[in-house]
Amino acid sequence: MVEYRIDRGSGVPAYVQIVEQTERALRMGTLKVGDKLPTAKEVVAATAINPNTVLRAYRDMEQAGLVELRRGLGTFVTRSLARPGAEDASPLRAELTEWTARARAAGLERADILALVTAALDAHDNSNEQNSHTPGDRERKEEDA
Amino acid sequence: MTGPDAPAALRATGLGFRYRARGGWALRDCEFTVPSGRITALVGRNGAGKSTLLHLAGGHLRPGTGELRVLDAVPGTPDARTRVSLLTQDKPLYPRFTVADTLRMGEKLNSTWDRAAAEQIVREGGIPLAARVGELSPGHSTRVALALALGKRPELLLLDEPMADLDPVARGEIMATLMTEAAEHGTSIVLSSHVLPELEQTCDWVLLLRDGRVELSEDVEALRESHAVLTGRADQDDTLTAPHTVVRRRASGRQMTTLIRQRGPLRGDWHVERPRLEDILSGYLAAGDTVRPADAKRTEAAA
Repeated sequence: MVEYRIDRGSGVPAYVQIVEQTERALRMGTLKVGDKLPTAKEVVAATAINPNTVLRAYRDMEQAGLVELRRGLGTFVTRSLARPGAEDASPLRAELTEWTARARAAGLERADILALVTAALDAHDNSNEQNSHTPGDRERKEEDA
Repeated sequence: MTGPDAPAALRATGLGFRYRARGGWALRDCEFTVPSGRITALVGRNGAGKSTLLHLAGGHLRPGTGELRVLDAVPGTPDARTRVSLLTQDKPLYPRFTVADTLRMGEKLNSTWDRAAAEQIVREGGIPLAARVGELSPGHSTRVALALALGKRPELLLLDEPMADLDPVARGEIMATLMTEAAEHGTSIVLSSHVLPELEQTCDWVLLLRDGRVELSEDVEALRESHAVLTGRADQDDTLTAPHTVVRRRASGRQMTTLIRQRGPLRGDWHVERPRLEDILSGYLAAGDTVRPADAKRTEAAA
């Protein structure tokens, strides 16, 4: 089951944080089709956030076709976002783990590493501008901007 | 108790109150509606009228002018008393009673009483039922008072600075209990607080009082979407004219930071950020006289 962590100071609305963390778990494969999301009461008891926020996040995800609200039963994952290559055991992930260790050993801090990855990603995407992006990617870039 | 047909949690029309016949107005011309099913932050500076409003809603005081309704009922009537709980700053607990005695008293005094729920709230705090109320820590006595307020399963819970004397851990725990209550039973909650960060991500409606008048009564998301924090050169101040409203302006040297209620596109070269609830509340609270009456009226109309 996912456990949500809500950053109160970030200015990012809690429902957005819940959607993002769920999507991340789906991408990483830690959440799979058929898994149950925590109930609003469970999320609220653990995070002390507004229950309407949790319900809104779940509704948004239902509209996006990621989850399904089954009355009296709970909210269940209906679609996976995991791509081949993103799960725990993939070679890409292993290479990145190794690369991260080298970057750390070279003395880079978290922000340096994130900046490197983002820059490499931007450079790659810019040189392949004609390649289609997933809508999710585009939205995220606009949010970052 | 949510949905379009549910009665408003609080509704005031022309509400005014003064403590002495010829004294100043603690509340004046208050006109607002708080929908049910909301968790409302009641904010304002000291003396703005927060406690007065809560005591009126709890039926401890009667309006001088106009009227106030709680879930469509007149505060203080038997109907309102069974459906509304008010937890005041001076928590009504008997120090010589044990926790168990206190809960039994709650059961005797209320026509509806959820013993399991009341005991669970006490147990979650790790409070022994045999402990004397007078010997409890502030966090624990707040929890017992809350158990008393929630044991009668109110549809509307009014809290006057419930966490004022609590440490951060106890605050988090009490807030989680309140949110769980709202999640489980759809309880409407109105809570006054000076601690703005704890309202972030918990409250979804804001009722902001200034000098006894209502300055904001609005949905939190709508507030965040309609306001912006701008940072830029101070010499472009003239771009912030109507229809925008400048809530608060702070200049330091050549740079200026302002909180505005944005209406339509912006002119000028500004770095624009979406404010947190805390930014908006502290902006309005600190604004002093920079919000002119005309602007304040528009703010209310937009609510």
